[in-house]
Amino acid sequence: MIEIADEHLREIRAHGERDYPFECCGLLIGRFENGRKVVSEPYAISNAREEAAKRNRFLIRPEELVRGERYAREKSLDVVGFYHSHPDDRAVPSKYDLDHAWPSYSYIVVAVEKGHAADLRSWEMESDRSRFNEEQITT
Amino acid sequence: MPVTITIPTPLRQFADGQSEIQVNASTAGEALDKLTSTHSELRRHLFNDQNALRNFVNVYVNDEDIRHADGPDTPVKEGDTILIVPSIAGGAAVLDEIAGKDAGGPEAGIPALPMLSNEEVARYSRHLIMPEVGMTGQRKLKAASVLMIGTGGLGAPLGMYLAAAGVGRLGLVDFDVVDASNLQRQIIHGTKDVGRPKIASARDRIEDINPHVEIETHDTKLTSANALNLFVNYDVIVDGTDNFPTRYLVNDACVLTGKPNVYGSIFRFEGQASVFWAERGPCYRCLYPEPPPPGLVPSCAEGGVLGVLPGIIGAIQANETIKIILGAPDILVNRLLLFDAWRMRFRELKLRKNPDCPVCGVNPTIKELIDYEEFCGITQQPETKPTMEEITATELKQRLDQGDDIQIIDVREPHEYEIGQIPNSKLIPLGQVLNRMNEIDSGRETIVHCKMGGRSAKAIEALQRAGFPGHLINLKGGITAWSNEVDPSVPKY
Repeated sequence: MIEIADEHLREIRAHGERDYPFECCGLLIGRFENGRKVVSEPYAISNAREEAAKRNRFLIRPEELVRGERYAREKSLDVVGFYHSHPDDRAVPSKYDLDHAWPSYSYIVVAVEKGHAADLRSWEMESDRSRFNEEQITT
Repeated sequence: MPVTITIPTPLRQFADGQSEIQVNASTAGEALDKLTSTHSELRRHLFNDQNALRNFVNVYVNDEDIRHADGPDTPVKEGDTILIVPSIAGGAAVLDEIAGKDAGGPEAGIPALPMLSNEEVARYSRHLIMPEVGMTGQRKLKAASVLMIGTGGLGAPLGMYLAAAGVGRLGLVDFDVVDASNLQRQIIHGTKDVGRPKIASARDRIEDINPHVEIETHDTKLTSANALNLFVNYDVIVDGTDNFPTRYLVNDACVLTGKPNVYGSIFRFEGQASVFWAERGPCYRCLYPEPPPPGLVPSCAEGGVLGVLPGIIGAIQANETIKIILGAPDILVNRLLLFDAWRMRFRELKLRKNPDCPVCGVNPTIKELIDYEEFCGITQQPETKPTMEEITATELKQRLDQGDDIQIIDVREPHEYEIGQIPNSKLIPLGQVLNRMNEIDSGRETIVHCKMGGRSAKAIEALQRAGFPGHLINLKGGITAWSNEVDPSVPKY
């Protein structure tokens, strides 16, 4: 389960629309609380993939993640997950997402159709890497 | 030796909640093996089915990415810290079928790389038996694409070695035709190819070397209008050009598209090579922010080049291109290699990224491609000045035949004069023209010539500025035009 404020969901949707037709990406900063994740703020990251691949790929470099973690630690927080957009595709993780996922983290995917944010869903990977399970979003 | 491994937050649940674990090991690989043998659940998140680190798992020893050191064999000593840092990647479903190739560019993972046929396995056997290349590396080469700018001196060995090594897709950009004067060094072209487009001749040779390579020919000049669209379709760009506007164009387009630029240049007996890759080090502009003034650095056509030199520099470029594709450590980033063929010496300079670089710095001012001819001052060359009086070779011949009193001054170098002369011409090399001005009879009409007409125009300008009172006329097209229009027995070079 993931808890995130409405205004933060709006920020994520707006980021997806801003970067359309490319994929946007960012970190979710907050706390792990008894298997639940509480997001205090989204942290936008510039998509490190080259221009040609940005339409359907994103990459957050380790240096960027380390920077995000440092920022979180200063506030006594953690990185609890990531968000990214699927331009003109469903808000469902792809096989590629699964191959590159880490356990425990939340993965929020927002579908952006013709430049407008639509469906937004959150996912967590099964710890045996077999699949993603959708998780409930509470605001 | 005891070293500390820090466990990233999402993996702590598989390590009994610990954030740091100590193990005894002498290499990074050994440390990870020990960690995952005691905490077996961790293994599937860090390693794939082939027991290689997953491509989105980054391992640092202290502050150094082990990919840039010796990989899993990177030594560790007492008190070192091993950091496991995830890169986070993902994306929409559209391209899942090529996800393996797409999983991080040159350091891509193993999953969906193309397979090798038995015929290819036999062909690449000397690569396959080395663990540094192996089956995975050879499949990476097959999955890779390289765009070569130019199929001349540098492009010749490059194209041949990249094709032989099994690079899957090669793009060739050139609009030139093969000339007899190319054959001294451009070994991808043969005597039978003189007069053919270079890309057609290069294609034939590459297909002969390795029919498994897909060749894409671009019969065009590389320009600001087409460069970005061309570059995005390739993994690595190799610069085999011979002029400054194209070199800056290739550099800027590589920075803007995030591609590595494998650079080489040659002149007379000296060559340079480097890998300019803005994500990992400096770009060409960090090294040379401004081009030299036009005419200061002569081209190979004016200054000459030892035929074997582009063979050596081009082979170094091929070497680095292959290493980039394999994800090898120690590529020629942050270093400029200098080679002097006459003294047989290699030197290496350290390069640093310039934070104020206008294209790859912190606050770039160049965000799209510009007019590179103008940037390099090419449009203001002296020979385009309308004030200079000119004569064609045919007209000169007519005037000599009708007995006009004309003196001819040849401003080329003595070794060029030896190759061929216009009858009754006097040799005064450009560099001595002002000192030997008194040898030119100012009372007679004077034709000045060189090989192509550029240096003679400079000589006339210099003489006029120095106050030479006589009537000076430039021979348009130089002795080359004389050979074309008047006397084909004078050899062209």
